[in-house]
Amino acid sequence: MSVRYLSCGDTAFSVEFGNEISPQINGQVMALHAAIGQARAAGGLGGLVETVPSMRALMVTYDPLATTRAELQPQIDALIARGLATDAVGRKVRIPCCYDGEEFAPDLAEVAERTRKTPEQVIAAHLASPFKVYVLGFMPGLAYIAGLDPTLYLPRRAQPRVRLPRSTVAIAMDMTTIYPFESPGGWHLIGRTPLWMFDQRREQPVFLAPGDLLTFERIDRAQYDAIAQKVEAGTLDWSLFYSDWSELIEP
Amino acid sequence: MSALKVVRPGLFDTVQDLGRIGYMALGMPTAGAMDRVGLALANALAGNPANTAGLEIGVMGPDLLVEAESVRIALTGPLSPALIEGDSPPKPLESDRSHLLKRGQILRVGMVEGSSTAYLAVAGGFTIAPFMGSLSTYARAGIGGFEGRKLAADDVLPLKLDSAPAGDERKLAGPFDYGSGPIRVIWGPQDDYFSEAGRQTFVTSEYTVSKEADRMGIRFEGPTIEHSKGADIISDGIGPGAIQVPGAGLPIVLLGDRQTVGGYSKIATVASVDLPRLGRLLPGRTVRFAAVSVADAESLRREQDARVQRAIAGFQVARPAGGIDLARLYEENLIDGIVYEREAVT
Repeated sequence: MSVRYLSCGDTAFSVEFGNEISPQINGQVMALHAAIGQARAAGGLGGLVETVPSMRALMVTYDPLATTRAELQPQIDALIARGLATDAVGRKVRIPCCYDGEEFAPDLAEVAERTRKTPEQVIAAHLASPFKVYVLGFMPGLAYIAGLDPTLYLPRRAQPRVRLPRSTVAIAMDMTTIYPFESPGGWHLIGRTPLWMFDQRREQPVFLAPGDLLTFERIDRAQYDAIAQKVEAGTLDWSLFYSDWSELIEP
Repeated sequence: MSALKVVRPGLFDTVQDLGRIGYMALGMPTAGAMDRVGLALANALAGNPANTAGLEIGVMGPDLLVEAESVRIALTGPLSPALIEGDSPPKPLESDRSHLLKRGQILRVGMVEGSSTAYLAVAGGFTIAPFMGSLSTYARAGIGGFEGRKLAADDVLPLKLDSAPAGDERKLAGPFDYGSGPIRVIWGPQDDYFSEAGRQTFVTSEYTVSKEADRMGIRFEGPTIEHSKGADIISDGIGPGAIQVPGAGLPIVLLGDRQTVGGYSKIATVASVDLPRLGRLLPGRTVRFAAVSVADAESLRREQDARVQRAIAGFQVARPAGGIDLARLYEENLIDGIVYEREAVT
């Protein structure tokens, strides 16, 4: 496997696996991210500070008072040469999503029109998409989630919204995302989840992680409200969403 | 509870330590002190470990009322602080040293002149719960530090210590030399997205700090840098000091509150030795950039760290602050002999 090492100053460098967005290349990025994590857990790679995965590259940051690029790079090379386990399967996460009404899905009708579907067909295509979290960034907890059904591909909105609500589910290009905060945004808003992607009351405030495999599951407004109330109160066990949360919406 | 109370806020005062390290993979910016040297020196003057959270002062600092038996504070940076007690006129204090303050006194941190940042450390630090391992404020997301924001009137910053530890006040032997000359940079990660002419423009031109300069980064004005492969890349990680060049061709240096990944090509990255200088640059200042190798940048950083350690080892004993009871004795020349004798041996 050939990689390129790119300098990011004297405290970081990037290991670039290719120049395209593909599950294979991202799988290698995530595999090196995991391999470095394991090597550090075993006491290796002293001076390495953290690793930052993105679509096709892994940025490695280090402390130049504790190590050097010349010392670290061969160790990373050795990890890659040993072979990366790219078959690792991410956590399966089931995201409840309400697609009902103008408040939650203001762009659903327009997306339907532009993709020549009915709104119900748009929802069905979103629900059927095999999503994977490629990278987190832009703001804490914001995930770039690829795998959108190709019939829903649309460019970003020409005019971004100045303000959209927390936990809005949106699509653009070949991706979907969930806004962790009230923020500006240029994607098409088609639903809302009662879950918070970022909750600083928690020890692990960020809900998603790179590599997570996502599916959206449809809930109605009453079910949304029931879960939202628990999220608001901070009493909800997040691990439910990595397995089964149906008890939350039973009457 | 012992505390410092904000009786008059400054403009951009935030609690910062050396940053929230280890969470960039989750999209969490590191934040942290824009001038890590300034914070480290303030902490050392206050007797703290280097990573203790202090106040980063931007443009104009707050007035802080001492609600503790006593507190040792230390200030670094181009400040003209003053002590306010009762109805007396403010009494000037020095920066780059520690001061012992007593209950009821007000520290006026004052204006930062000639730099964009200065630091205040308190002996023992604040009792604020860390968030993801750090007290650094990341105001864009409202997290960390004091309620995730800059300080406002009537904020009460709880202190770990009820009174200042015994010991002398300390001062820097001389101002720390941050260096002059061009800002050192390392080419990459995407220098190959620029034409040779574009790279030459970048390292031969003068760039001016625009008004769009904050904790996230600094937009520079000057000659435009020519791309050869375009401004857009597949988003990748953004290290500290990354210099991204969007389509308009003007460089943006990304600092503490930078986003973790981004989609503009990055021509070069500021060497870590010069990041504190970037963290102090005011709008209107001009800089030049000069390329160095990774290995050279690493040794420059190690030399700078050694100089910080030498500056700390070379602290001098300072005359007690104007605010404590002893000050009156100094003013009345009752113990001048002692003072001069002490200064003579340091």
